[in-house]
Amino acid sequence: MLRFLLGRLAMLVPTFLGVTLVAFSFIRLLPGDPIELLAGERGINPERKAQLMAEMGFDQPLWKQYLDYLGNILQGDLGTSFASKQPVVDEFFALFPATVELSLCAIFLAVVIGIPLGVIAATKRGTFIDQSIMGTALVGYSMPIFWWGLLLIIFFSGTLGWTPVSGRISLLYFFEPVTGFMLIDSLLSGEEGAFASAIQHLILPSIVLATIPLAVIARQTRSAMLEVMGEDYVRTARAKGLSPFRVIGVHALRNAMIPVITTIGLQIGVMLAGAILTETIFSWPGIGKWLIDSITRRDYFVVQGALLLIAAIIMIVNLIVDVLYGLINPRIRG
Amino acid sequence: MKKVYRSLVAGLLAAGVSMGSQAAKNLVYCSEGSPEGFDPALYTAGTTFDASGRAVYNRLVEFDRGTTDVIPGLAESWDISEDGLEYTFHLRKGVKFHKTRFFSPTRELTADDVIFSFERQLQKDHPWHQYTAGGSWEYFQSMSMPDLISEIVRVDDYTVKFVLKTPQAPMLANLAMDFASIVSKEYADQLERQNKKEILNQMPVGTGPFKFVIYQKDAVIRYQAHEGYWAGKQPLDNLIFAITTDASVRLQKLKAGECHVASYPNPADLDIIRKDGKLNLMEQEGLNVGYMAYNTQMAPFDKPEVRLALNMAINKQAILDAVFQGAGSAAKNPIPPTMWSYSQETQPDEYNPEKAKAMLEAAGVKDLSMNIWAMPVQRPYNPNARRMAEIIQSDFAKIGVKVNIVSYEWGEYLSRSKEVDRDGALLMGWTGDNGDPDNFLAVLLGCDGVGGSNRAQWCNEEFDQLIQKAKTLSDKSERAELYKQAQAVFKREAPWATIAHSVVFMPMSTRVQNYRMDPLGSHRFDGVDIQ
Repeated sequence: MLRFLLGRLAMLVPTFLGVTLVAFSFIRLLPGDPIELLAGERGINPERKAQLMAEMGFDQPLWKQYLDYLGNILQGDLGTSFASKQPVVDEFFALFPATVELSLCAIFLAVVIGIPLGVIAATKRGTFIDQSIMGTALVGYSMPIFWWGLLLIIFFSGTLGWTPVSGRISLLYFFEPVTGFMLIDSLLSGEEGAFASAIQHLILPSIVLATIPLAVIARQTRSAMLEVMGEDYVRTARAKGLSPFRVIGVHALRNAMIPVITTIGLQIGVMLAGAILTETIFSWPGIGKWLIDSITRRDYFVVQGALLLIAAIIMIVNLIVDVLYGLINPRIRG
Repeated sequence: MKKVYRSLVAGLLAAGVSMGSQAAKNLVYCSEGSPEGFDPALYTAGTTFDASGRAVYNRLVEFDRGTTDVIPGLAESWDISEDGLEYTFHLRKGVKFHKTRFFSPTRELTADDVIFSFERQLQKDHPWHQYTAGGSWEYFQSMSMPDLISEIVRVDDYTVKFVLKTPQAPMLANLAMDFASIVSKEYADQLERQNKKEILNQMPVGTGPFKFVIYQKDAVIRYQAHEGYWAGKQPLDNLIFAITTDASVRLQKLKAGECHVASYPNPADLDIIRKDGKLNLMEQEGLNVGYMAYNTQMAPFDKPEVRLALNMAINKQAILDAVFQGAGSAAKNPIPPTMWSYSQETQPDEYNPEKAKAMLEAAGVKDLSMNIWAMPVQRPYNPNARRMAEIIQSDFAKIGVKVNIVSYEWGEYLSRSKEVDRDGALLMGWTGDNGDPDNFLAVLLGCDGVGGSNRAQWCNEEFDQLIQKAKTLSDKSERAELYKQAQAVFKREAPWATIAHSVVFMPMSTRVQNYRMDPLGSHRFDGVDIQ
């Protein structure tokens, strides 16, 4: 097991280097530079521009900029935002809890709804129930998130008035952020109704963000279940006279979970992409919205830093998934 | 930081200023984006100014609410020397800085604060010149203040004198702009001692109508009325900016009562807002102009008669209908009608394709094929440049001119469009900074701007002399006369096709009282009340 873990960790190094290179080149490949954008219609005179470029180190050759950037990363320095003049790392971790909270709620929704739906569809294979679940999943999978979010806002917040439009908590509540997780902070604040308000604000964005992963998980669960249910050991379990619930819930599902867990792990990456749109529409102050704003401003260090941190997090999540996978399926450790 | 928050919350509770209390008057403004920081002198974006300069700070002189008139601010009065080189400001006495959880002022505003606020921008060796990583004084620079100010003299505790290198009539209007906000030197000194200079850009202390409470990044900014405000406490108790980037979501929040005022509505939503009995839609002609600049240094656009002929072929009404959807007015001058010195005598461009064709032939232009540059972004002065370019393309086709529409990414567009050998004509526009005609005519059409913000690359001696002379006079009516003459020269030479001035809309709850739209485009909440 230790060798397996070390092997996985060693593979992270070249991946991480690759990510730094991609993050570094990506923002530089986009046309337009931050200083011109900042100056706008008025423009900036060439001397002043050269001076600002030099201050930010952009007058250096690209390879040198890249090496400096790598050197700084090793010291834990991801640079400073052009716009806010604050360290990228500080901004990232100030906003990250909001994204994690939203993503966890969404993945929770996707798993607790997606897996049972997949199991039901598999056991009712070929029936109307199966076809409706899979049809709905296909619609969910193809859903344009931005449109879907706006539609839910207009219906549930606008027409019915059931949920708040956007934000993380009602503006009536005003307390110190302790953990950055609104659900926890609202409980800690002791203010009456704060926790309920935080939950209400989470409902719509979680549904929107969960839509695609839910569809994927349901479909994956269904096909994994179908495969497992044809196996000999399931037939044996049935033959032993076990109840259908035990056969499906224990013998089949446990084995079907292996590919599903991989899918869930991969969906974390997809979810961060979905978070960019979801956060934008629900004014959710997380890293997705921050990244989009920074790309528009050509805030080089923020884009580089944010991509790197997000990639690092996805790599860690995948590592955890791999390890879990190894735990569930000892054959893989070999 | 955390300790400070805790003491703040305790303090607020002790003072009974709970945000939830019934008696407090709270106004929530759905703003379009996050401020970059809270030191307005470091930035150029309106969103940042709304959150910093307008809410928290004052300046020596201020724009009167809803106008571009310059009125006394922190300076009660001022004298301008005969030669226009010395501006002496007499400061108001008893002006209090904000007392906040992070700073308790021990003294009132003096000349030291004013001098500190400007010298940090002016002097390269000032200890606060580079106080934040990558920070620069962009607006101060772009308004040419370093070339203009010779020195700033402390005459006494309550008198400050600005000595200029050349007379500059727009100086007063410049000093009402956000970069000229007055910060507290005492607060800066305290931060310097604590080795936390960068906090000045994160937790501001000013003398303005509202004091800063807290900023939760990308989510909420909270302010409280400044009890000791020199012009009297605000009718509102608390002001809250709820940052909401999507215009459709802002409207939904407004309708749901989650905010009371929202910025920049979608043009398509205007009718819905008008029909909603709980909402008011304010509108005002923006201080802007959308135009098409010919490259006047390249043939055949170097001939005024060619430019005049092309202008005559543009159907402006079609553009107003299709691009501005009625929320705009045809432009005949390079400055908007709400600006002083606007020339009423100017005749609007005639729309006459037949005559245009004949004029082009007379000028010896045949089978002309040209590029028109269309901006890739939506701007207040041009909601849809691509569509505008297409309309002009079809207009020009009627007079036998073939148009190829080109576009670049915005940063690239801004940069390439400045090049002197750029081809064809370019869609562009401008929103005024300070309400002074010089801010349009000199920046956009003066000889100094060639290769820069003068994208027509147009340098006309007669025009330039008029605007240069106007800059040196302090008498407004004399200046207005010169600017009117300059507009006549502009019209005769036609370096641009002036297209339109747009209308800016502001939806709000009917509970909001006394809101005045700012012609300069900022969102101000001083003097605003809520029922």
